[in-house]
Amino acid sequence: MNDMRKVERDVDAREVKISARDCQVWYGDNHAIKDVNVDIEEKTVTAFIGPSGCGKSTFLRCLNRMNDMIDNCRIEGTITLDGQDIYDPRVDPVQLRAKVGMVFQKPNPFPKSIYDNIAYGPRIHGLARGKAELDEIVEKSLRRGAIWDEVKDRLDAPGTGLSGGQQQRLCIARAIATQPEVLLMDEPCSALDPIATAQVEELIDELRKDYSVVIVTHSMQQAARVSHKTAFFHLGNLVEYGETGQIFTNPRDPRTESYITGRIG
Amino acid sequence: MADTDASRESGLLAPNAGPALRRRNRYQIRLQIIGMAAIGFALLMLVILVGSLIASGYKAFTQTHLTLDVFIDPAEIQVERLPRGGFDDVIETALLKKFPTVEGRAETRALTDILSNGAQFQLRDRIVENPSLIGQTIRVTVPVSDRFDQLNKGLVDRSTPEELRQVKDQAIAWFDQLKQSGAISKPLNWALLTNADSRFPELAGLKGALVGSFWALLVCFVISFPLGIGAAIYLEEFAPRNRFSDLIEVNINNLAAVPSVVFGLLALAVFLGWFGLPRSAPLVGGMTLALMTMPTIIIATRAALKSVPPSIRQAALGVGASKHQVVFGHVLPLAMPGILTGTIIGLAQALGETAPLLLIGMNAFITSAPGSPLDSATALPTQIFIWADSPERGFVSRTSAAILVLLTFLIAMNALAIYLRSKFERKW
Repeated sequence: MNDMRKVERDVDAREVKISARDCQVWYGDNHAIKDVNVDIEEKTVTAFIGPSGCGKSTFLRCLNRMNDMIDNCRIEGTITLDGQDIYDPRVDPVQLRAKVGMVFQKPNPFPKSIYDNIAYGPRIHGLARGKAELDEIVEKSLRRGAIWDEVKDRLDAPGTGLSGGQQQRLCIARAIATQPEVLLMDEPCSALDPIATAQVEELIDELRKDYSVVIVTHSMQQAARVSHKTAFFHLGNLVEYGETGQIFTNPRDPRTESYITGRIG
Repeated sequence: MADTDASRESGLLAPNAGPALRRRNRYQIRLQIIGMAAIGFALLMLVILVGSLIASGYKAFTQTHLTLDVFIDPAEIQVERLPRGGFDDVIETALLKKFPTVEGRAETRALTDILSNGAQFQLRDRIVENPSLIGQTIRVTVPVSDRFDQLNKGLVDRSTPEELRQVKDQAIAWFDQLKQSGAISKPLNWALLTNADSRFPELAGLKGALVGSFWALLVCFVISFPLGIGAAIYLEEFAPRNRFSDLIEVNINNLAAVPSVVFGLLALAVFLGWFGLPRSAPLVGGMTLALMTMPTIIIATRAALKSVPPSIRQAALGVGASKHQVVFGHVLPLAMPGILTGTIIGLAQALGETAPLLLIGMNAFITSAPGSPLDSATALPTQIFIWADSPERGFVSRTSAAILVLLTFLIAMNALAIYLRSKFERKW
C-alpha cells in the first residue's frame, strides 16, 4: 500500500487549524454525527473515509457552516478555526466561507464566463481594487488550479462548456480565488474519469503547500494516495483518526480494518 | 410489428409467450390510436373555431366605399365658420347629381341613405385640414352605410320579398347603377383599427378597445410583476417553512383558481366603492386584472426558482456569497426566462379576461380612445361583448373580426413567451 502514496509523509507535528470538540449533528430526530473530536492540521491533506451515510460529508459541511442552510439541522459542541469558535453568533458565515473554501461533488461552475466564475468571489469580498488587480487574481487562481494553460485563450467562454475535469479544476480555482486558508472537498473526483481524477489529485498535492485540505472520498486508494492523515467515520462516529500510513497498514480499531479490507461498507 | 414477426420466426419466443406479447402490442396500438384521436379531435375543434371566425369575420376587414366628385360650395361652407358648415348637403348634392330623375323628399332620403352617417365628417376633416379646397370640386371616397355594405358583400338575399328587406328594390337599382359606373370600391377597412366605437357598424373600430386594453395591461404589469416576483422570492428563498407559510402557499394557489367575476365584484366594492376611483377606467381595470394575474406570476416564479439547480446555490454560498447575493446574483437571473414566460402567459390571460371588466363598467359605449388610464374606455374582450350584443347586421362580422384581432394578440404574446424561453434556456 505504501507505494501508492504520492505525498511525502512528514510526521512532525504541525499547528492545529481546525479543532472539533464533542461535535453532534441532528437532522430532525436523526443523530447524524456523534461526539466527534478531531484536530485538522495546517498545510496537511486530511481525508475522511467511510461507508455511505456515515456522516463524513455532513461533518465536512459543518466546517464552513453549509449546514446552516438546512432547516431542521441542529449542531452542538464546538468547532474552532485558529482558536476562534466558528459557531459564535458574532461570526458571519459569509466571512467564514471566504476563509474556508469548498469544492463540491459535482462540478458546479456558474453559467457565466470562465473569467466571471473566478472573479465572482473576489468581487463580492472586495479583494481587488480595479480591473488590473482582478485580472491578476484570476490568472493566479487559474494557475494555482492548474487550468490556466487550457483556458487562457478563452476566458470569455462559458465555464459550463469545459469538460468535467476542467470544470472541477475551475471550481477549485474559484475556491482559491477568495484566498482561503482551508479547502474542503466533498468527493471532488467522484464525477470524473481516471485521467481527470489524476490531474485533480496532483493539484491537491500541490495545494497542500499553502492550504489545509480536507477531502471526503469514497475511494480508499485516493485517500491513501493524497492524504497525510485519515479519519474513518462509521455510523456517525469518528472511529479512528491517524496517519494515513498507519490507518491503512495497521488500523487499531477492528471496524477500520473491516472497512479497508472491504468487509463492511 | 416487423420485429415481433421476425423474433417469432427465429424461434426466440416460448410457445405460450406469443399471445401475451400480441396482447401487449395490441394494447399499445390501442393506446396510440386513442391518443392520436384525442389530438385529432382537439385540432378539429380548433380548425372549426378559427375557421368559423375567419369565415364570418373576413368580410369586416374590407369596407364598401363610394367615390364622388364633390363641389365644395362656398355658399354652404365658409372658411370663417369652420368646422361648421353644410358638409352633408354638398356631399348629398354630389350624389343626387348622379341621379337626375330622383325627386321628392322620400326618394331623396332613400338615395342619400346609401351614404354613411360618417361621410360628412370625413369630408369636414379634410376641408378643415386644407381650407383652400373650398370652391373646388374634389374627389372623395367615403364609406357607404351598413345596409349597402352588406348588400355589396352579398349578405343581403335579393330574392327575399321586398317588404321583408331593409334595402328596397329602388335602392338596389341605384346601388347597382353606382357599381356599374365604377364608383363603388371595397378597400381594406383600416377604420376597424383606427376608429373608436360607433353606433354605425361601418364606422365602428377597435382603437378605443386596443388603447384601453394597452393601458389596463400596462397597469396590470406594473403592479403584478414586481409584487408577484417579490412575493415568490420571499416565499421560496427566505420564508421559514412553518404552518403560516404553508397557509399562505395554499391560499395563493386557491387565489389562482378563484372565478374572475369574484375579482370584479371585489374591485367594484373596494376600488370604486371605497377608494372612489373612476368607473370604466383602464386604471381600475388594470388593478383588477393585477389581482388575478399576481397568483399566476407567483406560482410561475416559484416554479422557475425551484428549477434552478441547488448546485448553483451551493457554489455561490461556498465562495462566501450572502443569501441575497445568491438569490439576486445567481438564482434570479437563471430563473428569469421561466418568470418572463409565466408573466407573459399571465398577461395574455388578463388580456382575454371579460367578466371583471364588465363589473367595473369597462363595457360602456365610448366613442373616443382614452388619452390616459383615468379616462373611460373599453377593452378588447368587452368590446367584443358589446358588439356581439348589438342588433345591427354589420356587427356580426365585426364581432368575429374583433375576436380575430384579440386572438392575434394572444398568439403573439404566447409566441413571445416561447421565444424567450428557448432563447434564454440554459443547459448545465
